[in-house]
Amino acid sequence: MDLNLKPAETFRGNFSAQNSEAAIRRFPFPFPDDLYMYSVNMEPHERGGPTAAYDAIFDLDEHYLGECADRAQVLADDPKRCQVMPHLIDAEWDTLELLMESLATDYPAQFTLTRNGDAWHWINRPLALDQRFTFGDAASLPCPPFEYITRQVQGDFTLQDQRDNDLFIEGGMVTSQADWSLNFDAGMSFRQWHGPVPLAHEAGVFDRALAYLLRLQLGKPVRRLNWTLTVNPRLDTSPENYPKWGPDRTTVTPENVGHKLCLRVELQTLTRLPRSNGILFGIRCYLIRLEELVRVEKWARRLHRVLRDLHPDLAAYKGMPRYRPIIVDYLAAFDDGAPTSPGTGPD
Amino acid sequence: MRLRIAEITVLSPGIRKFTLEPLAGLLPAAGAGAHLVFDIPGATRVHKNAYSLIGGPQARTQYEIIVRRVEPSRGGSAWLHEHARIGDILEAKTPQNLFPLAHLAKKHLLLSAGIGITPFLAFARVMRTPFEWHHCSRAEDSAAFAALLPPGPQVTLHTSRNTLNLAAVLGTQPLGTHLYVCGPELFNETVQTMARALGWPESKIHTESFASAAGGAPFIVHLARSGQRLEVAADQTLLEAIEAAGIAAPYLCRGGACGACELPLLQGTPEHRDHVLSPEQRAANKSLMVCVSRARTPDLVLDF
Repeated sequence: MDLNLKPAETFRGNFSAQNSEAAIRRFPFPFPDDLYMYSVNMEPHERGGPTAAYDAIFDLDEHYLGECADRAQVLADDPKRCQVMPHLIDAEWDTLELLMESLATDYPAQFTLTRNGDAWHWINRPLALDQRFTFGDAASLPCPPFEYITRQVQGDFTLQDQRDNDLFIEGGMVTSQADWSLNFDAGMSFRQWHGPVPLAHEAGVFDRALAYLLRLQLGKPVRRLNWTLTVNPRLDTSPENYPKWGPDRTTVTPENVGHKLCLRVELQTLTRLPRSNGILFGIRCYLIRLEELVRVEKWARRLHRVLRDLHPDLAAYKGMPRYRPIIVDYLAAFDDGAPTSPGTGPD
Repeated sequence: MRLRIAEITVLSPGIRKFTLEPLAGLLPAAGAGAHLVFDIPGATRVHKNAYSLIGGPQARTQYEIIVRRVEPSRGGSAWLHEHARIGDILEAKTPQNLFPLAHLAKKHLLLSAGIGITPFLAFARVMRTPFEWHHCSRAEDSAAFAALLPPGPQVTLHTSRNTLNLAAVLGTQPLGTHLYVCGPELFNETVQTMARALGWPESKIHTESFASAAGGAPFIVHLARSGQRLEVAADQTLLEAIEAAGIAAPYLCRGGACGACELPLLQGTPEHRDHVLSPEQRAANKSLMVCVSRARTPDLVLDF
């Protein structure tokens, strides 16, 4: 698969990150209709979809180097962003195996995995890593297996243990999150960690989603999309760092909204892990500035309609009330009222 | 997934071990407690039999299963005992695990009987927590099972009904012990009933349940709008039958959770297996989720 990596851009400070024309075209736009409401929008995760972002099991893109560097910085400042409870050690190795196999298969020019029984050899060319280790022996890696591999992949990951007909979030690498904290949620059950989400509990969304995930099968991963809005292309919008990014919300003006405001989309994948019987939840974050997004006419029209008509509780949950009119006014200029085509891909 | 029979070991007149290998590459990893469903050729139809994998979770180069010849055999185990040869190729689905170990257990108590030994052979290879295992066997199979059981004081083989004092074993376990039961139905019932009577919490009693697996009795579905009559086979979902007829039906999750595949019902009574419809909606008998639900009546008529 083609993978052209840019030199590392920044997702903080001067926010040099931007999307190339190709990156815009492959963006996983999340809205299948002009009106949005929660649903159990899960489907089988197989290679291929509306844009190239769905072509790999774990998608990498031009921002790989910048995102890995940003993650390393977050971890240096706050090591608790990566933690796994001891009883999930099998799930750590499951994750390492799955990610290494997937990357080596989807991006053979960048990654190579060679195995001789438990003697493994991993090469990550973009990050210049060449690691020989013994599968199952954590001491043979420079850091624990889950942390080792998730430092090398774009997107956050959490580990869920399954027991008592429930899922418990008991591990993760979370550095590019939409305002939630692994350190706060660690140990919670499925309904507990979804507690803050408005409207969906009443609609029975979480009961159905949990029943479905408890039966998630090996070899049959599923995916869904989630979205929010973020001021500036900042990956780490964590509660821990709220003082750093919260005030950004007061800086949105009609003049800068197109450049500053980003649609933040998470391509979420759920994979049953073989040895641990746990579930790996991948949260791959994509940020696109509104001025980039409106270059796809269909997306500009539809995003305008979605945000204009969004339920007020949802708008509040996604942190929008302060600047919602500014966004809607900005997008209105790109909406001529023409119907939008089915599906999420660009026309 | 296609597997080649690499080795057949006769453990006793009625029990054989099969070693299976991939035609190329590595096998999917499978955890302790996982099982494999095979297509086994039969005289009139293909049998789908599930067998627990006994190998350790590192085994990506071979799977091992142990098969008892069931009397009277429905066909699957008889074929494996009488006709299977080294080099034969079998079709199998990706292993699934409906019988995983509890990661937070302080101790594991394993109670098995007969061929129910198989998932626990996989358990025993990955144990990091103290465990106690009692296996019950008929006398004629005891030598075969004795050779399979791991050594050590935590494992006991019982060859007569009287040596396993179930009440004593279940009544004297430390707090935090999880119980796993695998054997013939009567054995499973007996153990679970006694465990409950002794106050074991439900969340600490584990049995292997294939109830959530797809499939059921075959039935007929009529698609009113296109006038088609489709047969839904025992190992096929209604959605798959519609798709096999070349008709595109709506779907998303294929697991009865999202509601996308709901189709209106005109006649017949569904066996609802989804997580979407409320009891009231089910009682109304107006629709069903075709990805998982089946029929209680011989026919269903859909407005589709």
